[in-house]
Amino acid sequence: MTDVTPSNAPGQHYPPGQHPDLPPPPGTVGFVGWLKTNLFSSIPNSILTILALYLLYSAIPPIFFWAFIDADFEGASRTDCASAGACWALIDVRFNQFLYGFYPPDELWRVYATALVLILAVLPVLFDNIPFRKLLFINTALLPITGFFLLSGTGSGQDALLQTVETPQWGGLLLTMVIGVTGIVASLPIGVALALGRRSNMPIVRAMCVTFIEFVRGVPLITILFMSSVMVPLFLPEGVNFDKLLRCLIGVSLFSAAYMAEVIRGGLQAIPKGQYEAAAAMGLGFWKMMYFIILPQALRIVIPGIVNTFIGLFKDTSLVLIIGLFDLLGIAKTVVTDANWIGLIHESYAFVAVIYWVFCFGMSRYSIWLEAKLHTGHKR
Amino acid sequence: MATETIDGPKRGSLLNDQRTRAIIFQALAFFLVVVFFIYIGTNTVRNLDALGISTGFGFLDSPAGYDIAMSLIPYEATNTHGRVFFVGLFNTLSVAIAGIFAATILGVVMGVLRLSKNWLVSKLVYWYVEILRNIPLLLQILFWYAVLITLPHPKQSIVFFGETFHLNKRGLYMPEPIAGDGFGLIVVALVVALIIVPIMSKMAKKRQEATGQTFPVFWTSVALILGLPLLAAAITGFPVTYDYAELKGFNFKGGMVLRPEFVALWFALTVYTAAFIAEIVRAGIQAVSHGQTEAAFSLGLKPSWTTRMIILPQALRVIVPPLTSQYLNLTKNSSLAIAIGYPDLVSTFGGTSLNQTGQAIEIIMITMLVYLSISLLISMMMNYYNKRIALVER
Repeated sequence: MTDVTPSNAPGQHYPPGQHPDLPPPPGTVGFVGWLKTNLFSSIPNSILTILALYLLYSAIPPIFFWAFIDADFEGASRTDCASAGACWALIDVRFNQFLYGFYPPDELWRVYATALVLILAVLPVLFDNIPFRKLLFINTALLPITGFFLLSGTGSGQDALLQTVETPQWGGLLLTMVIGVTGIVASLPIGVALALGRRSNMPIVRAMCVTFIEFVRGVPLITILFMSSVMVPLFLPEGVNFDKLLRCLIGVSLFSAAYMAEVIRGGLQAIPKGQYEAAAAMGLGFWKMMYFIILPQALRIVIPGIVNTFIGLFKDTSLVLIIGLFDLLGIAKTVVTDANWIGLIHESYAFVAVIYWVFCFGMSRYSIWLEAKLHTGHKR
Repeated sequence: MATETIDGPKRGSLLNDQRTRAIIFQALAFFLVVVFFIYIGTNTVRNLDALGISTGFGFLDSPAGYDIAMSLIPYEATNTHGRVFFVGLFNTLSVAIAGIFAATILGVVMGVLRLSKNWLVSKLVYWYVEILRNIPLLLQILFWYAVLITLPHPKQSIVFFGETFHLNKRGLYMPEPIAGDGFGLIVVALVVALIIVPIMSKMAKKRQEATGQTFPVFWTSVALILGLPLLAAAITGFPVTYDYAELKGFNFKGGMVLRPEFVALWFALTVYTAAFIAEIVRAGIQAVSHGQTEAAFSLGLKPSWTTRMIILPQALRVIVPPLTSQYLNLTKNSSLAIAIGYPDLVSTFGGTSLNQTGQAIEIIMITMLVYLSISLLISMMMNYYNKRIALVER
């Protein structure tokens, strides 16, 4: 082997195939190279980059200064906020209201307990490798019952185990979570039933399901909430009075069930006919065929769509403020009507926007993660 | 023998037969639904009697008795609830159409920029999409409204374009064009241009298919649509005068005004829906395989032709169905107007009129039917378009 030196000096000769590797041309590697290929590859690209930088320069520093540098974090009313920036003292003072609405302070431990139960119930659904998964699933199945009794109580009076807390006292993030979780839990089974009904061979059942799905999907959620708050009391016999929150929960659940049904129908349509025929050939009846063969495959395909529906549902819970419930956004609107905090609407909205964003962004990341995990076998 | 087993003459119990079961099950379901409706129907009639509300649509002819801040048709408080319905409907349609128009443009631009090779721009659009679509629309509407109504008072208006546009907490004031004599000729010229353009593009296509010669359809169309009305205007001596908004006392008089409710709703609907449309456009363009671009280049097509004749037609097939549902969502979401007091269908007819007359069932049913019809109409138009661009297979 010849003695190779990494030089490009003229006059030096190498046998064919023995030329040493040359260093890359200057400006194609490292930071400068990255800048050249990604930001300044052509004149239009450079103009775009400069425009984007200007946009960032004119947006980020003012927001940053407003939210952090110039902001006041403590105080008892807006008069304590002397500086030009945000007045986060509002959030500090009203933090509990943002989270629980008007839930009695003595009973707040019940909200924490419910939150713990909820987290323990959600974990085994989200991840399949956590310990005691089977045991936790029992908790998940019992969630509607435990959640209901923990939050609303078992009765009023001296000897009641848990004092009743009326639903108008629920509010803030608690109410948002109650509506969101109930909607999610209820809409999935109703959606599966509606999707199966729409794919059924029975004409009357199919017609009823199609009518329901298309009707609900064709109207805004607001009109359904109006219907549940104004029309439903007229539908009930005299003396029977539904809780306002319960009516709203039914409306939200039915609304998202119609969307869920369409997502699940997409999954059902993607299952090849051979699967149905094979299941029937094995002697499985309709329900066993669905439960063991079709639905597990169909639901797995449409997990991203289901999570997207959940995200939409979670965002749509904010609409209940229009029919007079104080969810997270409702509280954000209300706290700034207090004379001490009047006019601090931007701080209030910014705070709840961050909460909503964290939940929705988290759900969408989870969906992407799960999709990647489930697709391992099919990836090209 | 064999036919006997196929036809299955030996049946077990009737209850085990699938067809019988289906009939029984459906009859039962139908019966339950009918009973349910009869039950709530009788309850409703009894409750309405107790409340002293008479059913029917007579209330549509009774006077509404309240003012509406923004109306496309002449309206006064003495007009009927029936007219309120149309005022609300037109307001809903105007914000929905303006929103669809702006969201499509912004969404397509964002979707294309998301695929840009420019790292900074691509990341910026990524965060635009992720932030905007993960915050409830209602919150965004309320936020933009809060921003707009904290603008300065009319006396300290923000002025631009040389004192012709005034922005303040009451809205955006603009000069209003007023048509003079001979304005009709300009409209006629525009209509003529709009008729000529499709004929020309068809003829150009025919000629290209027959002879291979191309014709600059796009630029000729632009020249026709802009040029003909301009020519007509020049002939008639530009018969358009402007009514400028002027500060009189505490408020502006004259001109056109975009109210903050409209601007907030329209802007929030646009940026929110555009975030979704951007993702749809990005996915649609990425769905066209890179081999198509390479094949077009190897045939010698220019990059602009490749985009227009190879990539776009294929991407549109993926884009149009989800885009349709975004248009529907935008139209339905425009009902959130009620939160900021923009007088759309739900907040005027479905809100104030409902509270005044108490005709909850009739009003909510009419409102729902209107949204259903709008949804069906948009679906039909987009399905027609989708059929036109769909892949024609043998």
